[in-house]
Amino acid sequence: MLNIGKIEEGFVLDHIQAGMAMSIYHHLMLDKLDCTVAIIKNARSNKMDKKDIIKVECDISMLDLDVLGFIDHNITVNVIKNGEIVEKKELHLPRQIRNVIRCKNPRCITSIEQGLPHIFVLADKQKEVYRCKYCEEKFDKRTL
Amino acid sequence: MRHLMNPLDFTVEELDSLFDLANDIEHNMPRYAHACAGKKLATCFYEPSTRTRLSFEAAMLNLGGSVLGFADADSSSAAKGESVADTIRIISCYADICAMRHPKEGAPLVAAEKSRIPVINAGDGGHQHPTQTLTDMLTIRTLKGRLDHLTIGLCGDLKFGRTVHSLINALSRYEGMRFIFISPDELRIPDYITEMLKEKGIPYEEVIRLEDKMPQLDILYMTRVQKERFFNEEDYIRLKDFYILDKKKMKLAPADMLVLHPLPRVNEISVDVDDDPRAVYFQQAQYGVYVRMALILTLLNIHVG
Repeated sequence: MLNIGKIEEGFVLDHIQAGMAMSIYHHLMLDKLDCTVAIIKNARSNKMDKKDIIKVECDISMLDLDVLGFIDHNITVNVIKNGEIVEKKELHLPRQIRNVIRCKNPRCITSIEQGLPHIFVLADKQKEVYRCKYCEEKFDKRTL
Repeated sequence: MRHLMNPLDFTVEELDSLFDLANDIEHNMPRYAHACAGKKLATCFYEPSTRTRLSFEAAMLNLGGSVLGFADADSSSAAKGESVADTIRIISCYADICAMRHPKEGAPLVAAEKSRIPVINAGDGGHQHPTQTLTDMLTIRTLKGRLDHLTIGLCGDLKFGRTVHSLINALSRYEGMRFIFISPDELRIPDYITEMLKEKGIPYEEVIRLEDKMPQLDILYMTRVQKERFFNEEDYIRLKDFYILDKKKMKLAPADMLVLHPLPRVNEISVDVDDDPRAVYFQQAQYGVYVRMALILTLLNIHVG
């Protein structure tokens, strides 16, 4: 068994679908933060068989819950203060996301217009479908 | 300030008012001859479209307004690399309303977000063409007397045909509609449209042969297989002549069925159908002017007493 030490302040992202940790690492732009990050891949899980976990020691306001909710709203977000879990945050599918993913439709205006953000809007909450705000192209989550 | 990006931007009630206004314009043109005196329409066409552009220009001129603009991207500042956002900021200083066509999908929405004047989407790539949809709806409503309880056959390129997608979306808000999609496998209606119809409980069929379904139709909406929507010319050549409506097929149609087409036609409707009273595609172009007149008045909030 591999042991990763406790963090004093930050967050622990638990129940990440196995194999998705690095994608979350990049989308949350954790590579840009100057803090301790632990990525645990394929940890044993009673609920999921295998799961990934990310521990980040930083100010909790630095976490973009919308991005996380978009990627996987089933992830458990544990907020840590003084080495203890003080809150479990619930994730929701955000109404829209900005500059997290890019529209891949070559006919979309986002492919040529300078400075235009890539905005995706939640089109179907039940099916978790997001569409480009401009061309309405459906985003395929499998490409994450 | 309102824009028109998508036919669904207007509620059913708002569309009714718009169509009532268009019908009033049709019967009382002189009353509207100076309604837009002193107003200017900018037609910003980043790709050629004689028909839609001239329809907008005719609409504004019929209302006593003036028109300025460009007819292709090469004669605009886009050729120098100017963004849509910057162009519309400038156009907002010159005109009172703008009709924009752009090959990139969503470009008119970018314009609307930055504009100080109403923007009308005059077609954005394969995405939306709302004024064509309003034209189709006004034609059906005027000549059939209703927009509900109709069986509509849509034939030809149902995959890339944006006019088809917009029309189905718009008509799916009315009661008692039934759609029959007639196309080759390669040009079938996209799944998201059939999923939407299933969710709303609206009946539809997908068939390959036009002849089989002709007797059931109230409306036959023909479309052109558009060369510009294909990445591969071989596919275009193979599919362009798949459906041709001629006198023989028209004999199978009910006496009161209407044939619509967004135009331009290539050869999917034989010219010998043109004289058939059920062929209303040229009247449809005329209704396009009336509905654009009504739209300009509505977006400029001009009321003619």
